Amino acid sequence: MKHIKTISTACLKDSAAHGGCGECQTSCQSACKTSCTVGNQKCEK
Amino acid sequence: MVHAFLLHGTAMLLDVYSGAVHVVDQMVVDIVQLFEQCTKQEILSQLQEKYTSDALEEGYEEVAILKQQGLLFAQDSYEAIATQFDQPTVVKALCLHIAHDCNLRCKYCFAETGSFHGSRSMMQLDVGKAAIDFVIEKSGNRKNIEIDFFGGEPLMNFEVVKQIVHYAKQQGEQAGKHFRFTITTNGMLLNADNSAFINEHMVNVVLSLDGDKQVNDAMRPRIDGSGTYDRIVPMFRQLAKERAHQGYFVRGTFTSQNLEFAKDVLHLADLGFEQISVEPVVAPDDKHYALKEAHLPILFLEYEKLAQAFVERSQAGQGFHFFHFALDLSGGPCAQKRLKGCGSGYEYLAVTPEGDLYPCHQFVGNTQLKMGDVFEKTIDASISKSFRERNVYTQTTCKDCWAKFYCSGGCPANAHQLNGDMDKPYEVGCALMKKRIECALWIKAMLG
Ligand code: SF4
Ligand code: SF4
Repeated sequence: MKHIKTISTACLKDSAAHGGCGECQTSCQSACKTSCTVGNQKCEK
Repeated sequence: MVHAFLLHGTAMLLDVYSGAVHVVDQMVVDIVQLFEQCTKQEILSQLQEKYTSDALEEGYEEVAILKQQGLLFAQDSYEAIATQFDQPTVVKALCLHIAHDCNLRCKYCFAETGSFHGSRSMMQLDVGKAAIDFVIEKSGNRKNIEIDFFGGEPLMNFEVVKQIVHYAKQQGEQAGKHFRFTITTNGMLLNADNSAFINEHMVNVVLSLDGDKQVNDAMRPRIDGSGTYDRIVPMFRQLAKERAHQGYFVRGTFTSQNLEFAKDVLHLADLGFEQISVEPVVAPDDKHYALKEAHLPILFLEYEKLAQAFVERSQAGQGFHFFHFALDLSGGPCAQKRLKGCGSGYEYLAVTPEGDLYPCHQFVGNTQLKMGDVFEKTIDASISKSFRERNVYTQTTCKDCWAKFYCSGGCPANAHQLNGDMDKPYEVGCALMKKRIECALWIKAMLG
């Protein structure tokens, strides 16, 4: 494509199907704590 | 829903429901903005003065192809599943308030410099043990359990921390649970012994430091008013080195007193720290250090400056991790996590030195939200339900927000504190969240 360069494709679609196992780390967004953007978390699977 | 933005001259699109990210030219941005409301002919004629018709034809075709591939204007497949996740309350993480006391007097402390609006106190071992028994019982078939040692300053009660760690490991082994420990410290009491224990047992350590000496010491003084920088920096560097720069981060807070926080982050990187996080202070407008809407333009510029420096340093082989810019586009968390975020009040609870349970560390002291205690092993069902049922679709501002799958609906405690309603996100926080996500996406585009 000349006008568009895709740097990432549809990962959200895939994750919509699974639900979640809940084994991942908790993520707190507050200033006083770990403040993960949820988007930077890893899945345990 | 497609979010278009421009950063350092690069135009980008985030297709919200597919998660696809594209770098585009301005013409494509213009086409995308009209694409769903107008016919092809209408778009071509509306834009004919800005672009040639050949270019417009090409651009239109490219957008149409991506739409067909589900990489632009994807349908929302999340709303339908958002309500399907109501499961029983399963607690998988506890924040143990090891010490409701502190040896510093940080000006922005939400915990009233450690007392959490109550009296100063230390958690006793029997409370810690009961908390471990409680979480083993309430964690259902979850294997991984997190325990965060928090304060006040947890090193003021470190013997109890050590004993809780040993107890949890022992009990966890019997119960088939895997405990992960984390600790947050201001560093004043760090020494070779407790550093060694921390490095052996804690998967993550949060080291509080705001920036250079002047910035740090202005906000993070000792009780006698003297500074802390000179004491803590060597300890933090040593600790980070001993854990091979893994599983820690140096975490600072920026306020209206140091709006130019990009230089503070770079200062932390220059000190040799590789894992860095700085956070906006959350405070009501009447505090002199509060961040207000009027500060946003400066803060946005700071994020942009920092993103630029981050890219340059990475390219020069001097990269560091900055929490706000970390974004996993290829994997990332599952749908449930994206929709619900922190899990306060049902997956994650805070335990006071007395053993009382609260939805999270920031709600501690708000007695209306006391949820039970670790000895009785009770959890208030209605409070827990009200937290469990929240997701990005139950909050009107979040439902229509392009950042919702990266932010997960913000911090309910901040919303409660500043807007009096857990479901009304704190606006300054939202604006900064969106900016940092844009910067993170731009960095992906730059670093490939
Ligand atoms: S409510 Fe806010 S402070 Fe509490 S755990 Fe969630 S994000 Fe963190
Ligand atoms: S940025 Fe604000 S509105 Fe958007 S999802 Fe986060 S909390 Fe909700």
